[in-house]
Amino acid sequence: MTPQAMLDPTHTLSEDTFYLNMGPQHPSTHGVLRLLLRLSGERILECDPVLGYSHRGQEHIAQNKTYLQFLPYPGRMDYLSALMFNHAHCLAVEKAAGIAVPERAEYIRVICAELNRISSHLLWLGAYLMDLGAFTPFLYCFDDREDIMDLLLPVTGSRLTYCYSRFGGVAKDIDETFVTGLRAFIKKLRGRLKDYDKLVNKNVIFINRTRDVGVISADMARAYGLTGPCLRGSGVAYDVRRAEPYSVYPEFAFEIPVRSGGDCLDRYMVRFLEMEQSLRIIEQALDRLPQGPVAPAKPVRVVKVPAGDYHCVYESARGQVGIYLVSDGGKNPYRMKWRVPSFSNLSVLPKLLVNTLVADTIAILGSVDVVMPEIDR
Amino acid sequence: MQGLMQSAAASLSPTVWTMVLGLVLSLGFVQVNALFLVWLERKVAAHIQLRIGPDEVGPFGLLQTLMDGLKLFVKELITPKPASWFLFVISPVLVFAPVLVPFVVLPFGQWLQVSDMPEGMLLIFAFASMTVFAILLGGWSSNNKYALLGAIRSVAQNVAYEIPLLLSAMSVVLMARSMSFQDIVGAQQGVWFVFYQPVAAIIYLIGATAETNRAPFDIPEAESELVAGFHTEYSGMRFALFFLAEYTNMFIVASVATALFFGGWRGPFADGPWWFLLKVYVLIFVVMWVRWTFPRLRFDQLMVFAWKYMIPVALANLLLTALVLKLVA
Repeated sequence: MTPQAMLDPTHTLSEDTFYLNMGPQHPSTHGVLRLLLRLSGERILECDPVLGYSHRGQEHIAQNKTYLQFLPYPGRMDYLSALMFNHAHCLAVEKAAGIAVPERAEYIRVICAELNRISSHLLWLGAYLMDLGAFTPFLYCFDDREDIMDLLLPVTGSRLTYCYSRFGGVAKDIDETFVTGLRAFIKKLRGRLKDYDKLVNKNVIFINRTRDVGVISADMARAYGLTGPCLRGSGVAYDVRRAEPYSVYPEFAFEIPVRSGGDCLDRYMVRFLEMEQSLRIIEQALDRLPQGPVAPAKPVRVVKVPAGDYHCVYESARGQVGIYLVSDGGKNPYRMKWRVPSFSNLSVLPKLLVNTLVADTIAILGSVDVVMPEIDR
Repeated sequence: MQGLMQSAAASLSPTVWTMVLGLVLSLGFVQVNALFLVWLERKVAAHIQLRIGPDEVGPFGLLQTLMDGLKLFVKELITPKPASWFLFVISPVLVFAPVLVPFVVLPFGQWLQVSDMPEGMLLIFAFASMTVFAILLGGWSSNNKYALLGAIRSVAQNVAYEIPLLLSAMSVVLMARSMSFQDIVGAQQGVWFVFYQPVAAIIYLIGATAETNRAPFDIPEAESELVAGFHTEYSGMRFALFFLAEYTNMFIVASVATALFFGGWRGPFADGPWWFLLKVYVLIFVVMWVRWTFPRLRFDQLMVFAWKYMIPVALANLLLTALVLKLVA
């Protein structure tokens, strides 16, 4: 049923059902998502997500800006993995325009992207537990996340909406302070992850709230085009970093955490275990960090992409980002289509919510982990 | 004129004077206690969460809640247009009124009790269960779907958790052979009842947490689901009254727990109200600790927990107590 039909006053309602308009202003819809729920008591009969409250026309902006001018925009799509979107955009344009990147720059990009993945997962972890009513882990996660921001601030120049990669390299080289700080942080976070494991992962209330709730089967996950932790929680070992390796990822040893149940707990555990794998990647990258320049001697200002279409995929914190770039040889992209993971992941929500309770809405929505500006773009 | 007043005073029995004095003192105590508890809650939460909490206003931020109270006092009272006006306005008063009455029988000390009624414990439970009417009225009259859902949850939860609460208290009553608090505390001369009745004590504490709508049982005001639950539409002092009632209720259930299971005003060195208050605040601290540690249960899990586990266990405990007492005595 369309939202319009649901709010149509002439629409007949049976006596024991009612509509609940959850959002766009609601503590747990993670930004400006609006859910129209048809309820019978607390049981959900129907759910209709309404999107577009933070639509900014980013893909259209891309068509009207040069490649360089569009550089800061992708970080505003998924603001929680800005470095990764920034990295993805650069990879796509570099691939299309044939710009070479020094190895050291690529290593630094990977280190920062994985740090960003951890900070995104940490924020999700805290927010998810807060959705489930546990307030305290939120502040611990933010404390850890603060360390990541403090590390990245001197290097990238910003705390949230990073724009660090440039075409052909990165904006600034990392220094010894960053490396030692990062090593200390890795050690600290490992200890903290153990704490979270003890405090949360074995908590009987938490397990009861998430186990067998919002089950996505592997077939369903594939049918809806889910990617990232949502797909891996359903038992499909698909990670772009392994399936279609980009950047310097083939050089690192890391595992892809997979859980087979497909419920909220499995999606939670996949993200939880991914943080440790990201730490492993960062450690290896730090150990093997090559010397050399981090950017071309002459900064790339005007990018010329030969006419044609190009495609580039990237694994962000939420799943697969796809950039489809069509160029007519001009200064601007003719079309730049972004395939974002949250949109596909959210598409499964109406199906998951049927016949669950209002409290489960929050548990399921949180476990899918959507970032609304990424969906609305 | 003076003579008239004297004769009027003489015609009133001393108990009435103690009652009036008690109520005035209770009113004062309720306010100060709520201010202190809110401050304590914020401090406890802050230290659990790597923060320092309020520390700007007054020593250790003690006056922060007073300032917050003043702020709420001057806030506009908003009544939503579709709300049922009379019920909406009356329910904050209704929620606050019953929490004052139990102070009449709370045994702060051997001599510090307004009135030791033979049915004191029953009185507390009777008035504690009245809060739910006000919550239902408040949620219903708001004409807000979140508030209504919160109110419905609150009723179901209170009905479910009052039963194990009473059953566990009854085990103690059987042991003390009285419902008067002085008798119950007096019966714990040597050993506290918590050692005879550990199961009842645990059930009482769980039930009391649920009864006062505290996390992990804060389902009626589950913030992440129902925004603010039954008091979503309340603002200013009306909201503050709900808040005040919640913290005072917390104090009452902790006081009852202290009297029933932890020896009331008895303690080493010198018996007295200081032991009573110390025990009460330690219990409240534990409740706060739990709140800032655990996630929230889901509504149906909460009901299953009450009806399938707590009530049968409490009932079995009560029967066992009765049986043992019969055999021993």
